[in-house]
Amino acid sequence: MELYRSHVLVCGGTGCTSSGCLKIVEKLGEELKKHELEKEVQVVKTGCFGLCEAGPIVIVYPEGAFYSRVKPEDVERIAEEHLLKGRIVTDLLFKDSVEADKIKSIEQVTFYKKQQRIALRNCGIINPESIEEYVAFDGYSALAKVLTEMKPEAVIDVLKRSGLRGRGGGGFPTGMKWEFTAKAQGDQKYVACNADEGDPGAFMDRSVLEGDPHAIVEAMAIAGYAIGADMGYVYIRAEYPIAVSRLQIAINDAKKHGLLGKNIFGTDFNFDLEIRLGAGAFVCGEETALINSIEGKRGMPRPRPPFPAHKGIWNKPTVLNNVETYANIPQIILKGAEWYSSIGTERSKGTKVFALGGKINNTGLVEIPMGTKLRDVIYEIGGGIPKGKAFKAVQTGGPSGGCIPADYLDTEIDYDNLISLGSMMGSGGMIVMDEDNCMVDIARFFLDFTVDESCGKCTPCREGTKRMLEILEEITNGRGTLEDIDKLEKLAKTIKSASLCGLGQTAPNPVLSTLKYFRHEYEAHVIHKKCPAGACQALLEYIVIADICKKCGICATKCPVGCIDGVKGKEVYFINQDRCIKCGACMGACPFKAIKKG
Amino acid sequence: MITLTINGLEVQVEEGTTILQAAKKIGIDIPTFCHDPRLVPHGSCRICVVEVEGARNLQASCTTPAAQGMKVTTESDVVVESRKGVLDLILANHPLDCLTCQKAGRCTLQDLCYRYDIKESSFEGERKEYEIDDSNPFYYSDQSKCILCGKCVYVCSQLQGTEAIGFAERGFTTHIATPFDKGLEHSTCVSCGNCVAVCPVGALVPKSKTKFRYWETKPVRTTCSYCGVGCQMDLLVKDNKIVEVLPADGPSNHGLLCVKGRFAYNFVGHPDRLKTPLIRKDGELVEASWDEAYDLIVSKVNEIKGEFGPDAIAGFSSARGLNEENYLMQKLMRGVIGTNNIDHCARL
Repeated sequence: MELYRSHVLVCGGTGCTSSGCLKIVEKLGEELKKHELEKEVQVVKTGCFGLCEAGPIVIVYPEGAFYSRVKPEDVERIAEEHLLKGRIVTDLLFKDSVEADKIKSIEQVTFYKKQQRIALRNCGIINPESIEEYVAFDGYSALAKVLTEMKPEAVIDVLKRSGLRGRGGGGFPTGMKWEFTAKAQGDQKYVACNADEGDPGAFMDRSVLEGDPHAIVEAMAIAGYAIGADMGYVYIRAEYPIAVSRLQIAINDAKKHGLLGKNIFGTDFNFDLEIRLGAGAFVCGEETALINSIEGKRGMPRPRPPFPAHKGIWNKPTVLNNVETYANIPQIILKGAEWYSSIGTERSKGTKVFALGGKINNTGLVEIPMGTKLRDVIYEIGGGIPKGKAFKAVQTGGPSGGCIPADYLDTEIDYDNLISLGSMMGSGGMIVMDEDNCMVDIARFFLDFTVDESCGKCTPCREGTKRMLEILEEITNGRGTLEDIDKLEKLAKTIKSASLCGLGQTAPNPVLSTLKYFRHEYEAHVIHKKCPAGACQALLEYIVIADICKKCGICATKCPVGCIDGVKGKEVYFINQDRCIKCGACMGACPFKAIKKG
Repeated sequence: MITLTINGLEVQVEEGTTILQAAKKIGIDIPTFCHDPRLVPHGSCRICVVEVEGARNLQASCTTPAAQGMKVTTESDVVVESRKGVLDLILANHPLDCLTCQKAGRCTLQDLCYRYDIKESSFEGERKEYEIDDSNPFYYSDQSKCILCGKCVYVCSQLQGTEAIGFAERGFTTHIATPFDKGLEHSTCVSCGNCVAVCPVGALVPKSKTKFRYWETKPVRTTCSYCGVGCQMDLLVKDNKIVEVLPADGPSNHGLLCVKGRFAYNFVGHPDRLKTPLIRKDGELVEASWDEAYDLIVSKVNEIKGEFGPDAIAGFSSARGLNEENYLMQKLMRGVIGTNNIDHCARL
């Protein structure tokens, strides 16, 4: 094996790929050739580092130098200065990694310091398209251990004791799920992986598949052994082309090396994996709809019971877990249930990956131990709210979750705490909102999503979410009444209690949680016809402040509909509300800040 | 056996029985739109929800299996509130034209709105609007009235095996459609009308030649005369005239019919229908009695047989006859007339 004195890791995740990392890899190759460093420095295209905000990211080891927002034209300097001469190019480093005169390695940067990476442990470290690199990082040794040293029951026992719960949203104990499937009667059983990640903004499953696809292959084979299945399916959305291609490479390589197929590790255990592509329906992330879709049927949920553990794919016992859940399993097998259960809170063990987004400085993926406080995630790892704005709420759990206000920032994140606050863990979306976000509008946004994504099978979800959205639209347009708020609450109750699947049962959560914590904002909309955050266009008014107006007339020239009257130099300008389209152009144009919105 | 309590009454059922079936066993009526015992339970409409002690949510009784010691309430305040909520939502997207709707009197939505005192919907907003598909010769499909219970789709795929219709689009715009929304005329529909029979509302209705109300009709149970299968059906009779045929649950048809049994009944009261035998006299067909007709047949058969031998005669019998009748027919040809020239229309 070749030895290199330095490794250059370039993020090859979807985010950095779209911001041009492939050009950087290409340029690095050219530069290394130019300086004759090809035998000394190795370039590795890895999975996602998590801090997508700072992409494209390039890390140079052994120093751990963290270059952010790298442009192809920066590569020449990195190669010549750093790789050839050993001088770190300080001005290209990530801002937080330079402190006074000290340069911090990536591990010491605040964004990573509080994280604990189990599911994401190989993401941003290994080349996901190389089975050798995965093996070098203990890959497939969990499968080897399971097949050669453990009975299926022992595997399930380890999982049960580890306390691992499903990371896809439901939080069902994984070991129990495996046990039910193992005990279910069936001549054929299946293992399935839910990679139909659909929550807006959540991309941890994509990152795992892009950065560490073999971990999923390995974990699914372990599941196959534990429950007695010889066939598995990964249901992955077609919108994840990089993940699909890397997973397919991983499956092919695993087959080539005898890690999938017949007589794995010389035992009589056989296991094969196939990919099924999803066509972009959110509801297909619901397990029974996903099973229908794998079978080639319309993606609509089936009633439960029977649960997939008894009647899953083609009515055969099936264990179905999500990507992040699987990603934890090889580590649990290798390091033991006690190690895993020592992390986290009493009823939520291990770590959870969150996709941090919205009004936050460090947008990206973070993996934290369960029990970390919301405040630490938002203010330390996330770096707080941009532009010094005030924090208003954090939305967790995507369209099924809810908004948590500032009073609860010290809540320790775990399944039960989030549910008791009217939100949920979900798949791990975490959207931060500041003072400029209108909570009614946020609820409307999420309902708009659910209305679009409802499969149309059951009445409460199909008809009810539509009516909720219509009411919310009335409120944000200033036509709502107090009665509408009661109607929303009543409707939410019906939808929650009577819907067929999880999508419908949780669809009202964004409305219920904002009503619980921000009812005053709803009331301001319906009683005073005002949007306190100034986000609902229909309720906005742009007004010229007469005392400040310098009568320059710039606002009038900028107005696209000509609704501002006045005489230059003589008269204070005036905005005709009935013609104003509330575009805000005047406010942006006024050099004297003489126009306010309210 | 499992013992559970429904509305305070104990009931014993076999494992695998649903709450709905268990309730039915002791005469407790739980309303349904989408349930049909012949179909794989799908739990779409959510009107049959009941309260199960200890459960997080209301449970759909049509899909939830009864369990030992389960305590079920079928008309508690929470349940009634939820059913009212569902009806309110359905009605918000359904035309209130019961006065002129053909289905009035046999409409589950009408019955349940009456049962739960829902006069009108409390929601205003978008309503679905579809053009009526009248391209099938026997029935109309009006998607504006459809409540998406899905029974038509599942009956077509699971029982009839035709799969002419399915669900198109999703969410609020979901509707029942033929492939690519091309209309029934261009689909694989065989016009069996089994979808029409299970539609709980007026979305699928037969094209009727007579205006009638269901409460004006009297059902007459009979056996279909088109073939020997023996399908059971109810002739809906108004003023001694058949106005519609509904499939009935018989041992050989389980509530299904084919296009002939379901829709081809107009001949029964048709003015051109033959009511007596006709004998051609001097080039004109003249009404005759059955005795006259039989005498003529016997004399002609004897005459031909005497002159040309038995093989000059052939018999052809009909699938509308029963097996026994067809057996007798070939016996007549072979044993009485003395020829093997006997055939049957089902062979063609």
